[in-house]
Amino acid sequence: MLSRRQMIVFTASSLVPMRAAALSMETSQAMVTSLVAEVNAVIASGKSEAAMISDFAGLFDKYSDVPTIARYCLGADARAASAAQMRTYTAAFRHYIASKYGRRFQEFVGGEITVEGAEAVKSWIEVETTVKLRGRSPLRMDFHVSDRSGSHKFFNFIIEGVNMLLTERAEIGAILDSEGRSMDALSARIGAI
Amino acid sequence: MLTKTLSSLPILFCFAACSIAPPGTDIHDPFEQSNRQVHAFNKSIAASFGGNDDGSDGPRIPEAISLPVINVAENLSLPGIVVNNLLQADLEGGVANTARFLVNSTVGVLGLFDPADAIGLTEVDTDFGATLAAWGVPEGAYLELAFVGPTTERDATGDIVDIFLDPLGQVLSDDEALLASAFGIAGRVAKIDQSGDVIGDVLNESADSYAQTRLIYLQNRRFELGQDAPAAVDPYEELFGVIE
Repeated sequence: MLSRRQMIVFTASSLVPMRAAALSMETSQAMVTSLVAEVNAVIASGKSEAAMISDFAGLFDKYSDVPTIARYCLGADARAASAAQMRTYTAAFRHYIASKYGRRFQEFVGGEITVEGAEAVKSWIEVETTVKLRGRSPLRMDFHVSDRSGSHKFFNFIIEGVNMLLTERAEIGAILDSEGRSMDALSARIGAI
Repeated sequence: MLTKTLSSLPILFCFAACSIAPPGTDIHDPFEQSNRQVHAFNKSIAASFGGNDDGSDGPRIPEAISLPVINVAENLSLPGIVVNNLLQADLEGGVANTARFLVNSTVGVLGLFDPADAIGLTEVDTDFGATLAAWGVPEGAYLELAFVGPTTERDATGDIVDIFLDPLGQVLSDDEALLASAFGIAGRVAKIDQSGDVIGDVLNESADSYAQTRLIYLQNRRFELGQDAPAAVDPYEELFGVIE
């Protein structure tokens, strides 16, 4: 029989999800380097805007933690939402963020994104990149990477100081306000953008 | 030394502007009601200019025109920027911008081209609003001004001082100064035209374009001034708690 103490240790350890590997600076930087290469390939492809946006949506799935980003941007309303509402909302949010920022990235056409380096900040890794555009001063874009989803994914990016999570939380909140705080109306609206 | 002598000046400017944000608030917007009215006005102005005739996005001024116009305007703004570099005791920036001005005014044919950029002399941009920030003047209230757009009490004060601080004003004749300001305005228009998509998207597609403009402006401006982001966001900690 397990002793009381062993029992507590056993129960506690089975409740805490195992972290696959420690958060690594090298892995984070390599992940962003590979993301940047794919973004550069998309913006150099000369595809139509719709085709590029669909490519960017794929890149968000592959490299970012979309459910966490979506849930954070919703704020406290996430707790009152049903599981089905959250599924619909997360899918709509994926479309919303890919088309909104896909259009932003599309403006980098003719330019190039370069990875500059990485450093540990609080509980995540910040990977710094530079966007070089023709005839304009370069832009700084940082990606924040965490492994708390189970693998190395980015959960935030900051373009010239503008924090995506903060900006989108304000925007999603404003849409909710304008829709009488209805989750279903919010999902329908951002899914159609 | 210079900064020490000048450090008494902010008090004068603060007297003119700059209400102090209550501690703990990232956004200090006591004039929100009137700001929102100005925002609606600016939005209607943007709407009457926005959108191409064929309904497509993107700049309306061809790059062959906008690029040299922006180059000339930026070159003409350099002497004023150098003054601010020096007021901030940024000798390195002052030297780089002076060299830039000399190279682009000569080899770059009065600033039409930007050969300085090619040899690594990139602009170290600043303004009197940034000088005030370097001197410790608080940001003050958020403002949205007609035609100018988002700003703060500190930056609006800086914009006005910059007009008087510009050494070009002292050396140019009236006609030349008029031409220089015409290029300055044309450069601003060309820049807005280039970033028109971003501005247009925020204005037309946001559910609360006033709040989005305010948030984006303040984050970006604080970043330019080298201030740390007020809140580094950790969504995992908020949603799932701290890892032991």
